[in-house]
Amino acid sequence: MSWTRPRCAISVGRFIVMKSEREAKRPAMSKNAAAIVRERARLIRRSALEMIVQANIGHPGGDMSSADIMAALYFGVMRFDPKKPLDPGRDRFVMSKGHCSGAFYSTLAMAGFFPEADLATYMKPLSKLNAHPCRAYLPGVETSTGPLGHGMPVAVGIAIAGQIDQASYRVFVLTGDGELQEGSNWEAAMTAGHRKLANLTLIVDRNRLQQGARTEDTVALEPLADKWRAFGWDVEEINGHDHAQLLDVLSAPATPRQKPLCVIANTFKGQGVSFMRDQVKWHHGVPDAAQFALAMKELEA
Amino acid sequence: MSAATSTMTKRFDCRDAFATTLESLAERDERIVVVVNDSVGSSKVGGFAKRWPHRLINVGIAEQNMIGVAAGLANGGKIPFVCGAACFLTGRALEQIKADLAYSRANVKLCGMASGVAYGELGPTHHSIEDYGWLRVMGQIGIVVPSDPWETSEAVKAVAASEGPVFVRVSRMAVPALEHGDHSFTIGKAEVMRDGKDVAIIANGVMVHRALDAAAALAKEGIEARVISMASLAPLDETTILEAAATGGIVTVEEHSVRGGLGGAVAEVLAAKMPCRMRLLGFPGFLPTGSAEFLMEHYGLTAEGIAAAARELAAAR
Repeated sequence: MSWTRPRCAISVGRFIVMKSEREAKRPAMSKNAAAIVRERARLIRRSALEMIVQANIGHPGGDMSSADIMAALYFGVMRFDPKKPLDPGRDRFVMSKGHCSGAFYSTLAMAGFFPEADLATYMKPLSKLNAHPCRAYLPGVETSTGPLGHGMPVAVGIAIAGQIDQASYRVFVLTGDGELQEGSNWEAAMTAGHRKLANLTLIVDRNRLQQGARTEDTVALEPLADKWRAFGWDVEEINGHDHAQLLDVLSAPATPRQKPLCVIANTFKGQGVSFMRDQVKWHHGVPDAAQFALAMKELEA
Repeated sequence: MSAATSTMTKRFDCRDAFATTLESLAERDERIVVVVNDSVGSSKVGGFAKRWPHRLINVGIAEQNMIGVAAGLANGGKIPFVCGAACFLTGRALEQIKADLAYSRANVKLCGMASGVAYGELGPTHHSIEDYGWLRVMGQIGIVVPSDPWETSEAVKAVAASEGPVFVRVSRMAVPALEHGDHSFTIGKAEVMRDGKDVAIIANGVMVHRALDAAAALAKEGIEARVISMASLAPLDETTILEAAATGGIVTVEEHSVRGGLGGAVAEVLAAKMPCRMRLLGFPGFLPTGSAEFLMEHYGLTAEGIAAAARELAAAR
């Protein structure tokens, strides 16, 4: 039995579309695509910080490190219709690092899955926006996360469903780097490598900090790229704050690929806010009034 | 009401009814897929694998991954039946069941094979007598415990047609086929297998047969025991429980720890709405070495043990 994705899509399955059609449906890469993503990322950062200050709780470090990745996916790469959040043909995004909900919810709201006004309810009593996203509460959330190491297996399952149906959708999953200490990721990595899930793209938000210290001082992940290659994956290492690079690597069509893709996005925790950048103490925390004012000033256009 | 007996001598492995039904459903519904943790043979899904190799997803010996993959398959429009030894399927992947299935409302069907103490001598690591408790407390996942081939087959059809996560226990202990008359199986509804006004016995799974044998013995002493098959542990049929409480005494019998299982579920209903004397029969915790049959006898999960408890309650009315 071969799990290799057909190079040329001949229409036999329900969801299959011809290659030309598939390419046409994806957002066209334009010269200003990177500029659009950059602007969205700035707005995501501002929104996440506003939410955290309003809620007086949150994980700003990871929100800031992942903002560019989120912006690239939702405003440059993925194919979806926020009015049809369960459309069988949609591209899927699985937010495995569920604690970065400030960035995630901001992105979903900006993408039109729910009103941006709802962001003001973040972690307020009875809000649908608790600290960790719940599929049953919000459109656009593909699976509930919060405990780490849950996103990868779910993304692998979606990718297998797509493989069975020969569907054209792609599956993206974002994990933290410290999160990769959870063994369930590597169970899923083995399955994905074995089944050659070319429709699956993992992005590792490689900010090198976990809750209390550097990943390499806690339980070292390096050589991380070699680990993924050994599990049967292609690996791309990029600057996770470089919008053109993100678009380039993430937009590459899945079709010519024969393996799942791991994108190691080298980032900085707290990116975009000078006093948070690469500071472990901003894994979670709330800026005071002066810090918030400074952060928002730094995140002006 | 069905006049059920367990006097038939021919015995069945409910996994066969499970596999046959699943295949017949899969013939008509291509969304049905099977996910296993290298448990093709023990789950009797070899036939399925042969017929639909691309719909049999073997994730290897990796239960956390197995549950997540199933949640993902459901996201992709499939109806995954996850088949694995009940002990590993539930305990090893409990947080995935909580977050990926129950909290996410994923349409995944968990099939716990060789449930209860079926693995006997293999010991407490391989017994699954905590699964009711682990899953029941989440409140968002159905639990179905069929007692014979017919109920197994009906349960598989019902869970396939239902929306949301459900756990089905499939025993490997050979059991007789029960008579169900014109009863139709519904998740959330109990089946009164035998009527009686003096005491009620609520059981599920393989214990239903023993409860019926106990009732037959009690009848000879003039004690009319009602026997209820509570195949649907969650959602629970509160009406039938409250009607049973009117007899004045309830014995619960389960192939599970006495803590947090069927007895606990029934007691929660009664404590709130209709307090009633009870005897809870089940296992005390980790069990000593012995076959499944030995363990059930050792802890009084026999027709005699059930009859003794029921007799006590009937006499104390």
